[in-house]
Amino acid sequence: MSRFVRLGETDRPAITVHVDGAPVEALEGDTLMVALLSQGGVLRQSEFGPEKRAGFCLMGACQDCWVWTESGDRLRACSTLAASGQRILTSQPGASWSNHA
Amino acid sequence: MSAASDVIIVGGGLMGSSAALFLRGHGLSVTLLETDLIGRQASGTNFGNVRRQGRPIHQLPLANRAIAIWRQSRELLGADVEYLQSGHIRVCYRERPELVGSMEDYAAKAREEGLELELLSGNALRDKFPFFGPDVLAGSYSATDGHANPRLAAPAFARAAARLGAVIHENTKIVDAQKVGEDFIVTAVDGRTFRAPILLVTAGAWGNALSSQFGEPVPITPKGPNMSVTEPVPYGILPAIGVMTPIEEETVYFRQVARGNIVLGGSTRGPSFPDQYRAYVEPQNTLSQLKHIRRLAPSLGKLNIIRVWSGIEGYMPDSQPVMGPSATTSGLYYAFGFSGSGFQIGPGVGETMAEVIAKGATDIPIAPYRIERFATPT
Amino acid sequence: MVEPRIIPRVVIVGAGPAGTRAAEACVQAGVRPIVLDEGRRDGGQIYRRQPDNFTRPYAKLYGSEAGRAQALHETFDGLKGAVDYRPETLVWNIAGGHIWTASQTYADTLPFDALLLCTGATDRLMPVKGWQFAGSYSLGGAQVALKSQAVSIGHKVVFMGSGPLLYLVASQYVEAGANVVAVLDTAHYSARIKALPDLLAVPSVLWNGVALTMKLKRAGVAVHNGIKPLEIKGNADSGVSGVRFRTGAGAEQEIICDAVAMGHHLRPETQLADLARCAFAFDPGTRQWLPKRDGDGRSSVAGVYLAGDGAKILGARSAEASGRLAALAALGDLGLPVDKGEMASLRGDVGTYAKFARGLAKAFPWPSEQASQLPDDAILCRCEGVTAGDLRGVMRETGAKEANRAKAFSRVGMGRCQGRYCGLAAAELIAAEAGVPVEQVGRLRGQAPVKPLTIAIGEEQ
Ligand SMILES: Cc1cc2nc3c(=O)[nH]c(=O)nc-3n(C[C@H](O)[C@H](O)[C@H](O)COP(=O)(O)OP(=O)(O)OC[C@H]3O[C@@H](n4cnc5c(N)ncnc54)[C@H](O)[C@@H]3O)c2cc1C
Ligand SMILES: Cc1cc2nc3c(=O)[nH]c(=O)nc-3n(C[C@H](O)[C@H](O)[C@H](O)COP(=O)(O)OP(=O)(O)OC[C@H]3O[C@@H](n4cnc5c(N)ncnc54)[C@H](O)[C@@H]3O)c2cc1C
Ligand code: FES
Repeated sequence: MSRFVRLGETDRPAITVHVDGAPVEALEGDTLMVALLSQGGVLRQSEFGPEKRAGFCLMGACQDCWVWTESGDRLRACSTLAASGQRILTSQPGASWSNHA
Repeated sequence: MSAASDVIIVGGGLMGSSAALFLRGHGLSVTLLETDLIGRQASGTNFGNVRRQGRPIHQLPLANRAIAIWRQSRELLGADVEYLQSGHIRVCYRERPELVGSMEDYAAKAREEGLELELLSGNALRDKFPFFGPDVLAGSYSATDGHANPRLAAPAFARAAARLGAVIHENTKIVDAQKVGEDFIVTAVDGRTFRAPILLVTAGAWGNALSSQFGEPVPITPKGPNMSVTEPVPYGILPAIGVMTPIEEETVYFRQVARGNIVLGGSTRGPSFPDQYRAYVEPQNTLSQLKHIRRLAPSLGKLNIIRVWSGIEGYMPDSQPVMGPSATTSGLYYAFGFSGSGFQIGPGVGETMAEVIAKGATDIPIAPYRIERFATPT
Repeated sequence: MVEPRIIPRVVIVGAGPAGTRAAEACVQAGVRPIVLDEGRRDGGQIYRRQPDNFTRPYAKLYGSEAGRAQALHETFDGLKGAVDYRPETLVWNIAGGHIWTASQTYADTLPFDALLLCTGATDRLMPVKGWQFAGSYSLGGAQVALKSQAVSIGHKVVFMGSGPLLYLVASQYVEAGANVVAVLDTAHYSARIKALPDLLAVPSVLWNGVALTMKLKRAGVAVHNGIKPLEIKGNADSGVSGVRFRTGAGAEQEIICDAVAMGHHLRPETQLADLARCAFAFDPGTRQWLPKRDGDGRSSVAGVYLAGDGAKILGARSAEASGRLAALAALGDLGLPVDKGEMASLRGDVGTYAKFARGLAKAFPWPSEQASQLPDDAILCRCEGVTAGDLRGVMRETGAKEANRAKAFSRVGMGRCQGRYCGLAAAELIAAEAGVPVEQVGRLRGQAPVKPLTIAIGEEQ
């Protein structure tokens, strides 16, 4: 189930981004947040509670919308534009520093 | 109006708070006076390293005494100060191979004091701790050191002391201290006075203002080490890590708390303003800290810092504290100027000072910290 | 050739209404300011621009404010050659007469003779039990979704909180075809009547507000006044499923929805002013700590000027006036000729908007009592997952009754939003619990970085 509902501006070219390996259809000009939440209901798992999160402020202030590139760079989904071919992870990849995994 | 007790302690950091607790254990009545709130200065802002390795060998008995207290802190304090005995690693870089010899030498001497250190090559380190960068040449691993939460520690000691009957006055800045007859009379900025036959000065970076009143000025320099903390990430780094190097800028360290945040510290220290009770983080010091953290552990480069801070610490020219009895005034004792490494030994300092005050002697070697070493020859 | 004169270095942070008008004043005075904004595009919050390939016309995007929006954007576009504009650049710290910037991993530092902080606002939030569930958004966030992305935050949206934005955004949603199921206002209608004398300071804006409520009612949206939020119901995996509240008449009611837009007007972004070491004072009207400034926008620190909603929430029109005024003050202080008469008239405008803002604060009061009424199991700090009960427990155990002290012990405000969303409510809870006035609780100190900073910063130079 999608969380966001598109209310217009739907004549934009479609693009595909990969989220946790699966293709997600989006439109050129979408933020990553809109791309992900037009298809699904959540962005990430809260660190300290059982609940999933889907962002809060949409203006880069709350930091509740973090997703990652496959190489581990942190992106703020609400203020990063989706781009064709982008590969996004919704949990932080490879805690490569871990010594007791 | 003058309130009387056996001992007055001026300064409610970790030193003053733990001394108050242990003095109560000896049955002495204690009044602890603090300008601000308990444990908000160096003791509440520091990095939280509970590390013995790297301290001067003569300090290890004190550090050992402290570690015993950290280990039983939960029972002793009735509070969790997040002490984790999860190890400490000190590393050196390729361009300073001579430091490997120093590490070996130190390990041999530390063993005699009961501190076991394991020397590991860079590759052995990277096998076990894959976050180390290629510049790391070797490391010294102490399995029995660790870290704790500085925001919680000193207040927990003070609460435990208060439960045992210590009287604590916060928001009480002492501006004058004198010995009148058998008693010390200390006066707060608002005019309140307190009286006791024994005075212990644990005033951190502010210690000189009080020791000077007894003819014992010391060359103390206040500075503010820089700290940063990352977002929470999966818990995976057990030991605290630090770099051994003669260059201040390269001296960085980090640890991960069980909730997941990684605390970063070190590199060039900033100025601090004891009179205003403020220490600011210079932005260029944050940048140099992050640069050297990337060198030490490149994979941390993918994380973010969410907050920086600093604190006011008093540094002595020889990096050793002032600790022990006054040379001019009987009944007067000092424990301040811990020069950037007082957190680990804090509880041991409190217990030792309580012992010195209550019993007149201690087996812990504190001679190197005598205040007389700064006396100007007459 | 004209003798090259020493050009003062003027830095403007923020390219919203305040920053744009400040930049314009500089350019008119022959100064080329550096304008930095974290956003991809200029416009700021209210006049936020949509991506290039979106086609909605101004009237559709900005409604009654379309003319102002277009004028502001055109002004900024016209300035582009005359200003050093640096978008997507975060100012993360200020020290020693320099600002420190970050743009991805690129770090820079810029000296300034005059610094104009036009940093705008974010939503002011009063936590409600369950606000951590996916599908709860800030009111401003709900508006951003619509304005800059043409989406609704949900299939069935409840607007809950108070303030002028509550009605504005709800009606913008209705107009755009979203399904708005209810508007739940914590303010009583009677408060608005009491505030009328102040609100009449700017009649056109007052009238816009009245028209919005009528429009919502005509569209069949349930509008409740004087409500008390009880809970945002939901599920850890699927998010929001409804809201439970008490009506003004005292009955408990539940509404099914999958999204809640919540907020209580705004709070200024004052971190940079704090890092620049500007003095702050408690403002009893809004129950917030605000940087001190004189009538022209001079802060307590020489060379640092404050304008727009980043200094105090006075609205977009005031931001344009105060931005220009602060820039004129700065230029005058730098020894450039400025029109004193114009400054006087701008001061008058700002005063009028201030009166109106006082009216808004009365009409839509911040329900401070709700903080102390939060149940123990309600999350107070979303970043760190700290509940109201956790904070109360820490206060009981440690005796902490000061904001930074309670933060140190409980982690409230220690997360990555830096207390933007929980800080004001936490202060109210601490004040109520300790039985002291909220100003005595103090304020959370601003700490760098203003927003999270990558450890890779400086890799690229
Ligand atoms: C940022 C930082 C990082 C550090 N990292 C580490 C680390 O990882 N490991 C480690 O071992 N050490 C570390 N240290 C050092 C360690 O924190 C200190 O050595 C230790 O906390 C000193 O404790 P203290 O009680 O002497 O001083 P403080 O905690 O500073 O306490 C002194 C108290 O005295 C009060 N006071 C002063 N004058 C008066 C007066 N006239 N009247 C009343 N009260 C007065 C002050 O308000 C203050 O609360 C660090 C220090 C800092 C600042
Ligand atoms: C989400 C939201 C929606 C709003 N909608 C309306 C509305 O519809 N109608 C209305 O009348 N009022 C609205 N307001 C109030 C509105 O903020 C102001 O009236 C107006 O935008 C204020 O203008 P300003 O120039 O002061 O700030 P803003 O327009 O907010 O501009 C501030 C700019 O500063 C930038 N900035 C801030 N900090 C930094 C930094 N550290 N580094 C770099 N750049 C930075 C921001 O990116 C932003 O672009 C809204 C406010 C918010 C928060
Ligand atoms: S939703 Fe708040 S920062 Fe992205």
